[in-house]
Amino acid sequence: MNDLLDDWGLTAAVFLPMVGAVVMLAIPRTEEALHKVIALVSSLAVLGVVVALIAEFDFDRTRTLQYEVDHSWIEVINSRYILGVDGIALPLLALTALIVPLVVIYSWNHFPEPHNPKAFLILTLVLETGMVGTFLAQDLILFFVFFELVLLPMYFMIGVWGGEQRQYASIKFFLFTLFGSALMIVSFLALYFLSPEVVVDGVARHTFDIRELTDWGGEGLARTTALFVFGGMFMGFGIKVPLFPFHTWLPDAHTQAPTQGSVILAAVLLKLGTYGFVRIAIPILPEAAEEWAPWIGLLAVIGIIYGALGCLAQTDMKRLIAFSSVAHMGYVMLGIATLTDFGVNAAIFGMVAHGLITGMLFFIAGSVKERYHTLEIKRLGGMLLQAPRMGWILGFACMASLGLPGLAGFWGEFPAILSAYNPGGDLDPALFRVYMVVAAIGTIFAAGYLLWLLQRVAFGTPKEEFSGERIHDLHLTDYLAWAPMLLLIVVLGVYPNLIFRVTDGAVIESLAAVGGG
Amino acid sequence: MLENAFLIPLVPAVSFVLILALGRRLPRGGSEIGVAALALVFVLSVGVGIGWVQRVNHPPEAPHATEAEEVAAAGPAAAEEPGEPGEEEHHETPPVVRTVTWFQSGGHEFTVGTMVDGLAAIMLLVVSIVSLLVHVYSTDYVAGDRRYTHFFAFLSLFTASMLMFVLTQSTLQLIVGWELVGLCSFVLIGHWWEEKPNSDAAVKAFLTNRVGDVGLLVGMIVLYFAADNSFDIIRINEMANAGEIRHLLLLVASCCLMAAVMSKSGQFILHTWLPDAMAGPTPVSALIHAATMVVAGVYMIARLYGVFWNGLSIGTSTLNLMAVIGAVTVVFGALLAFVQNDIKKVLAYSTISQLGYMVMALGVGAWTAGIFHLFTHAFFKACLFLGAGSLSHAVHSFDMVRDMGGMRRTMPTTYKTFLVGTLALMGLFPLAGFWSKDEILAGASQLGGEGGYRLMLVMGLIGALMTCAYMTRVLWYVFWGQPRGAAAMHTPHESGARITAPLVILAGLAVVAGFANLPDTGVFSFVPENLALRFEHFVEPTAAYFPGATDEAFGHPEFSITIALATLVLAAVAIGLAYAWFWRGAGPHGIATRNPAARAGYRLLENKYYLDHLYTGVVAGGTKGPLARATYWVDQHVIDGVVNLVGTASRRGGQWVYDNVDQRVVDTIVNGSGATAEGSGQLLRRQQTGKVQAYGAYLFAGATILAGIFVFIASAS
Repeated sequence: MNDLLDDWGLTAAVFLPMVGAVVMLAIPRTEEALHKVIALVSSLAVLGVVVALIAEFDFDRTRTLQYEVDHSWIEVINSRYILGVDGIALPLLALTALIVPLVVIYSWNHFPEPHNPKAFLILTLVLETGMVGTFLAQDLILFFVFFELVLLPMYFMIGVWGGEQRQYASIKFFLFTLFGSALMIVSFLALYFLSPEVVVDGVARHTFDIRELTDWGGEGLARTTALFVFGGMFMGFGIKVPLFPFHTWLPDAHTQAPTQGSVILAAVLLKLGTYGFVRIAIPILPEAAEEWAPWIGLLAVIGIIYGALGCLAQTDMKRLIAFSSVAHMGYVMLGIATLTDFGVNAAIFGMVAHGLITGMLFFIAGSVKERYHTLEIKRLGGMLLQAPRMGWILGFACMASLGLPGLAGFWGEFPAILSAYNPGGDLDPALFRVYMVVAAIGTIFAAGYLLWLLQRVAFGTPKEEFSGERIHDLHLTDYLAWAPMLLLIVVLGVYPNLIFRVTDGAVIESLAAVGGG
Repeated sequence: MLENAFLIPLVPAVSFVLILALGRRLPRGGSEIGVAALALVFVLSVGVGIGWVQRVNHPPEAPHATEAEEVAAAGPAAAEEPGEPGEEEHHETPPVVRTVTWFQSGGHEFTVGTMVDGLAAIMLLVVSIVSLLVHVYSTDYVAGDRRYTHFFAFLSLFTASMLMFVLTQSTLQLIVGWELVGLCSFVLIGHWWEEKPNSDAAVKAFLTNRVGDVGLLVGMIVLYFAADNSFDIIRINEMANAGEIRHLLLLVASCCLMAAVMSKSGQFILHTWLPDAMAGPTPVSALIHAATMVVAGVYMIARLYGVFWNGLSIGTSTLNLMAVIGAVTVVFGALLAFVQNDIKKVLAYSTISQLGYMVMALGVGAWTAGIFHLFTHAFFKACLFLGAGSLSHAVHSFDMVRDMGGMRRTMPTTYKTFLVGTLALMGLFPLAGFWSKDEILAGASQLGGEGGYRLMLVMGLIGALMTCAYMTRVLWYVFWGQPRGAAAMHTPHESGARITAPLVILAGLAVVAGFANLPDTGVFSFVPENLALRFEHFVEPTAAYFPGATDEAFGHPEFSITIALATLVLAAVAIGLAYAWFWRGAGPHGIATRNPAARAGYRLLENKYYLDHLYTGVVAGGTKGPLARATYWVDQHVIDGVVNLVGTASRRGGQWVYDNVDQRVVDTIVNGSGATAEGSGQLLRRQQTGKVQAYGAYLFAGATILAGIFVFIASAS
C-alpha cells in the first residue's frame, strides 16, 4: 500500500479528476444524476488520496520533497515529469482537494444557467487537475502546463455560466493572465538556458528541474539579467495573485463568474501566483528577489489600502468581496516580500485562510443571489430575520475575514505584519517598518468594509420589496458544503500549529539562500 | 488550582458551545447552563485566590538572582518548580506559569498558557463575581427577549474570553483575548440589531477599538523584537526592568500601547464609543462596559508595567503621556456626565472618568492604587448599572428627566442599593471608593520625586468634586421630586428577587471592598499589621518582572489625612451645591439659555466636544464617501482604462494590419493566388474575432521569440 502511494499517490491526485472527466465525456448529458455522482466520486477520490498522503507524510522531514516521482517526459528539451510534495505544497494541496468536492456538493441542485451539469462538472474536474498539478510540479515546463491548464476551464466557466458581462470578464481574465504567462515562460526559458548544464543519464544537458535550479540559486548570473528574469516571473505570478496595479481583472471575473467559479478562483487560483513566488521565483533567484522585495512590498501595502478603499465604494456584495481579495492577498504578498521565514509561513497560512474564508463569503454571496435575485447591498437587509443561519454564517465569515484572533484569518495577517518589522536579507528595516504600520492601519479598513457590509445586509429589517417573501434558509447541500470550511476556520484559528508546523521546515529551507530570519 | 487555572476560561467556553447547541431545547433557554458554569467559575476563582494567598504566605524559595535569569532563559515553565530551601529570607513570590506549544515559526516555538499571580487572581475574582451576578440578574431582566439564548451564549463567550485575557501568559495571547472581548462587546451592544442605532453603536465600538488595536499590534511587535523574538510577558518585563531593552524602543512601544488603552479603556479622545455602547442591554453595560472589559486596557498596563514604567519614565518627576491622558479623561469625562438625561449615559461618562483615575494612578506610579480602584470600582459601578436596569425595568425608559422621579418610595431596595453605590462612587468615608480614590490622590501628591504630580492631584480633586455633583443630580432626578412621565403614568414597583439580590450583594461589596487595603500609617496606625494593606501585600507582584522589585524609585503612597479631609470637604461642597440647585431651586437656573458664554459651553458639552462629528462625519464619512469613491474612480477609469486601452489598441492594430497589410499589400502582391491570401487572412481574422486559442498561440510564439532575443543578449553581455 505504501509503495503504491509512494509511486502513484501524487500522479493519482493529479489525474484522477481527469479520469472522471473522460468517463463523463462518454455519458450522454441527459444523465445528470450520473454525472453528478461521477464528479463527486472522482473529487472525493482525490480527497481520499490526499488524506492518505497526509497520513503517510513524514512530518519530521517537511523540508524535503516526499512521494517524489521523476520520469522523462519531453526528451528534446529535457523537461521531465517530476512531482513532489513538501511542507509548502502540502497545505495548498489539501486545500484544493477539499474545496473541489465541496463545490460539487454545493452545485448539486443549483447549477447556474444555462444549466448543463455535464459540461460544468467536466470543467470543474479539469480545473482540479490543473490546480493540483501546479502545486505538485517540480519541473518548470510541467508547472507551466498545469498553470495554463487552469485558464481554459475557468475561461469557459465565466464565459458560459457567468453574469451579464461575462464575455468581457472572461476575455479580460484570460488575456490578462496569459500576458503574464507569456513573460513568465520567457523567464523560464531564460533560466533553462542560463543555468549550468546538469548530468542526466550520463549526458550534460540544460534542465527545467526546479530542484536543480534551486540548488543553483542563480549563482554567477549577471545582476541585470537576474533582475529581468525575476521580473518576468513577477509579472506572471503577480498578475495571478493579483498584485496592485494588475488586479483589475479580478473584480470583473469574480463578479461575473458563477458562484462555484468565484469560490474556486478565490480559494485556489489566486494562490497559484503566491505559490509561484514561494516555490520558484525566490528560491531560484534569491538575490534578485532581495532587490525586488521592497517593490513587491510596496505594491502589497498599496494593495491593502487600495483594495479596502475599493471595497468601501462598492454597491454590490460580490464585487465587494472580490475587492477584499486584493487587500487580503496584499498581506500574503507582504509576508513573502519580507523574505523571512516568519513572513513566508504567515503567507502560506494566509493563503489557506483566505481560501477558506473568502471561499465561504462567495458561497454566501451565491446563496444570497439565488434567494434574493440581487446582490445590491442597499436592497438587502435584515437577513438575520429572514434566513438567520445564513446571516450568522455571514457574520462569522466577516469576522474571520477581518482577521479576528481565534479564527484562521488572524494567523495570516498578524505574523505577516510582524515580520515586516525585521525583514530578512539586506532589506531596509526602516522601509519595511513603514509598510508594517500601513498594513496595520489596513486592518481598520478591513473591519470597516466588512462590518458595514454585515450591518447593511444582515442587521436591520428586510426592505419592503422582500418583507413579504419567504426566504429559504440553508439547504442540505449548503450544510454539507459549508460545515467543513467553517470548522476548519475555527480549528486552524485555535490551533495554528496544524499548518505552521508543516510549513516551517520547508520555508526555512527555501529561504536558506536569502539568509532571512 | 494555581497550575490548573486554564480550567477557568474553559468552563464558560464549553458553556458557550452548549448553550448554542442545546439552549433552545432547555426549559430555561440555556440560561441554566450559563449560571451553573459561572457558579463553577466563581468557585474555581476563589480556589485560585486561596491558593495564591497561601503561596504568598509560604512562598516557594525563589532561586538566586543568577538562577532567576537562567529560569527566564529556559522558559517560564521552569519558574513553577520550587527551588531548594535557601538560607536567607525571601519575600519574592514567583508567579505560577503553565504553558503548552501553540505554534512554531522560523524554528521558534510559541506558547500559550496561564500565568497566575496576585494581579491575575484578583481579576479572576472580580470577573467571576460580577459575571455571576450579571448572569443571575439577566435571567429576570432579559426574560422573554427575542434572543434570550443567544444573549446567554455570548455572555458565556465574553466571560471565557475575559478570563483567558486575564490569565494571559504571552502578549500574543493577550491580543487574542483583547480582540475576542471586543467581538463579544460588538455582538452584545448590537443585541437588538433590528434598530439601526444599536447596530451603529456596535459598529462604532468595534471600529474605534480597531483604531486602538493598530497601536496594540505595533506595540506588541516592537516588544517582540526588543525581547529577542519573544511574546513572553515575564521575559519582556524582566528585560525592560533590567535595562536590556533600549529606552527608545520601550518609549515607542508604550506610546503605541497607550493608543490601545485609549480605545479599550475609554480614555480621551478615543472614548466616544463607550457612551454609545449603552445601546446594549443593561446587564451587558454593567459587566462589559463598566466592570470588566473596559478595564482591559488598565489591566494591560499593569501586566506590562515594566515596559511602561521604564518606557514612560514613570517615577521620575517628568510628566508622562499616561498620567496626562488619565488626568484629562478624569475631568473631561466627568464634565460630560452633567449634560446627560439618560441615566446610563451619565454612568457611562462616570465610568470613563473613573477609568481615567486608574490610568492616572498607573501613570504616576501608584500601581496598587490603580488596581485597587479597578477592584472597588467594578463593584459599585456594576451596582449602579444594574440599579439603573432595575429602574428601567419598572418604567421602561432610561430618561431620568422625563420618565423618573420620586422613585425612592416605589422601589426601596433599588433606591438603597443605588444610594450605597453612589456614595461609594463619590468616595465618601468609609465606603469603597473613599479608600481607593484617596490612595490615587495620595500617590499623585507623594510619588514622582520633588513636587510630585501636582497637575494630576489637582485634576483628580476636580474630578472628585464633579463626581459628587453629577451623582447628586442623578439622585435628584431619579429618586426625589415628583414622578414624571412613565413613572407617573403607571406606578412602578420593585423588581423581583433575581434582580434585587445581585444589587444587594454588590452594594455590600461596595461597602466592604475598601477595607481590603486599609492604610496603617498616620491616623490609621492603630490598624493591626495583619489587616492593613492586604491588597498591596497579596496583589502587587514581588518578582523581577515588576518594577517594584527592581527599581528603588518605585514607591507606595502613604495615607494622607490632608488629602482625605480635602476630598471630603470638596464632596460636601459639591453635594451641597447640587442640593441647593436641585432641591432648593437656588442658583442661576436657565443660564445656559441666557448667557452666550454659558450657552456655548453647554452646546460644546451637549455635542460631546464635537468629537463624534469629527469621527463619524469627517473621518469615517470622508473615507467611506469621497476617498473610497475617488479610489474606485481611479481604478475603473485610470488603471482599468489602461487595460482596456491596451486591449482596444491591440484589436485596432490587428484590424489595421488586416486592412492595410493583408488586404492591400499581401493581397496585391499575391493577387491571383487566392489560397495564400485566404490562409493569412484567416489567421489574422481569427486574431481579432476574439478566438482565445489564437491569442494564446500568438503570445506563445511571441514569448519564444522574446526569450530567444533575451538569451542572446544575456549571453552576449
